[in-house]
Amino acid sequence: MSGLDFSAIDWQEMQDATIATLKMLLYSGIFTIILGLPLGIVLYLSGRSNNMFIRVVYSVLSFVVNILRSVPFIILMVALIPVSKAIVGTAIGVLGTIPALVIGAAPFFARLVETSLREVDRGVIEAAQGMGASTLQIVMRVLLPEARPGLLAGITITLVTLVSYTAMSGMVGGGGLGDLAIRYGYYRYEKEVMIISVIFMVVLVQLLQIAGDRLVKFFTRK
Amino acid sequence: MIELKGITKVYGKGRKAATALSNLDLSIRKGEIFGVIGHSGAGKSTLIRCINLLERPTDGEVWVDGVDLTRLSRSQLQEQRRKIGMIYQHFNLLSSATVYDNIAFPLRLMKLTKAQIEDKVRELLSLVGLEEHRNKYPAQLSGGQKQRVGIARALASNPHVLLCDEATSALDPQTTDSILRLLLDINRKLNLTIVLITHEMHVIQSICDRVAVIHGGGIVEQGEVAKVFLKPQHEVTKEFIRSETQQDSPLQAALASGELGKAVKITFLGEKTYESTLSHVARGTGVNFAILQGTISTIKDVPYGQLVVRFEGEAAAVDSTIAELTAQGLDVEVLTR
Repeated sequence: MSGLDFSAIDWQEMQDATIATLKMLLYSGIFTIILGLPLGIVLYLSGRSNNMFIRVVYSVLSFVVNILRSVPFIILMVALIPVSKAIVGTAIGVLGTIPALVIGAAPFFARLVETSLREVDRGVIEAAQGMGASTLQIVMRVLLPEARPGLLAGITITLVTLVSYTAMSGMVGGGGLGDLAIRYGYYRYEKEVMIISVIFMVVLVQLLQIAGDRLVKFFTRK
Repeated sequence: MIELKGITKVYGKGRKAATALSNLDLSIRKGEIFGVIGHSGAGKSTLIRCINLLERPTDGEVWVDGVDLTRLSRSQLQEQRRKIGMIYQHFNLLSSATVYDNIAFPLRLMKLTKAQIEDKVRELLSLVGLEEHRNKYPAQLSGGQKQRVGIARALASNPHVLLCDEATSALDPQTTDSILRLLLDINRKLNLTIVLITHEMHVIQSICDRVAVIHGGGIVEQGEVAKVFLKPQHEVTKEFIRSETQQDSPLQAALASGELGKAVKITFLGEKTYESTLSHVARGTGVNFAILQGTISTIKDVPYGQLVVRFEGEAAAVDSTIAELTAQGLDVEVLTR
């Protein structure tokens, strides 16, 4: 490839963008788990109930989750600008993108949680019921520990998805590596910054995946 | 101790409804080992799961320890369930927890202190002989060891009843015997009432005091194991016993045709099994005999023998032999007419 000049890259800006991306990832990741984990548990529990009312709750929740998951993130992000303003006071920068990231990723993570909980052996849950465990005790002491490898894998997938979401948020002034890549590479035809930004994101995703796989392996007892 | 009254369980509704149990009554005494035997699909699994209401009967009452479980609220039921331990065919242990944590599970539900839990788990580990395995995960244990963990866990809350849902069906014969010995041991040591379901007559014969035979959602025969085992009435019971004792049908056919002469089935029970009554009586009446088939074994700890014997001699002498054997307290059944 000719005509690439990496010497013109502003490494200070690169570093700032990387830190911004990591911050977005961290905060949105934390809030996605805080929202998505209980939502996934509720989906799992309500989906197995025989109670008509709870079945209706499940259908409604499931429908909302599907809608949020079917809207392309880039559109969701634009649509959520007023929401972001209402929650964090701004719709741009690291802070402004977090509500959209969380609302985009939490339903996705909730589905992953629901799926991993369904993998838990029915017999073990039944044994806990037979020992007089309440629903809360079953969730805390059976479902979550037994599903731990699946949940960790789900968190890994969600974080990787969030990396690409943070990149997209560059389109609406979100900041971070994606923002850098779009501003320099797409708007100003400075390929070098774009290439480096993309490489950084690739490395980030690889690191997340490796760390996630290690944790899953560490907690798998089967 | 346990009273099931008019238990009916119907799965599904309307046209797809399937009746698993119909109007079933069962009474189990304190401290006994009660076996329920039946083929798969007979309703035995539903029956045992009705005792702790893992399966809620469509109709009927479940009395355990003087409490009707079907009338309890959710939290009262959770409380009562701690008095009923249960072990399963597939063990149902937490794969993510160590042996120690699996046994501690019910104790933590009861919110005991760490020291209390440690004491109790240590005691249970030694009861089931798994002291060295306390920090292993279930995946590192053999089937028999896993069931021992299951038993320890079931006993942790000091239950009054232990339910065994096909507890030995996934184990090899040797391991089955060691688990059965452990159950018998626990039954005696703790005076624990045990209810077990199985499809193997061997299990019933080894440790049960009383047995019920379940077929088509109802109990077709029940009573003391020796009585049911040696004098089965219902066709299903006979079938289970045939499969256990392997009485072959060519002999049965030959006996029925009468070509072997006068044949009888003699049943010895208890100490009589080891006595020389048969040869003694035969010598007195001057008849000869040939043993066509025989079983000598034990029911729980009681020895028994069952011999099919053909007599040779004067008709009157044979008849007096049979009368004398009966007088000696043996059970004699004439097989040929």
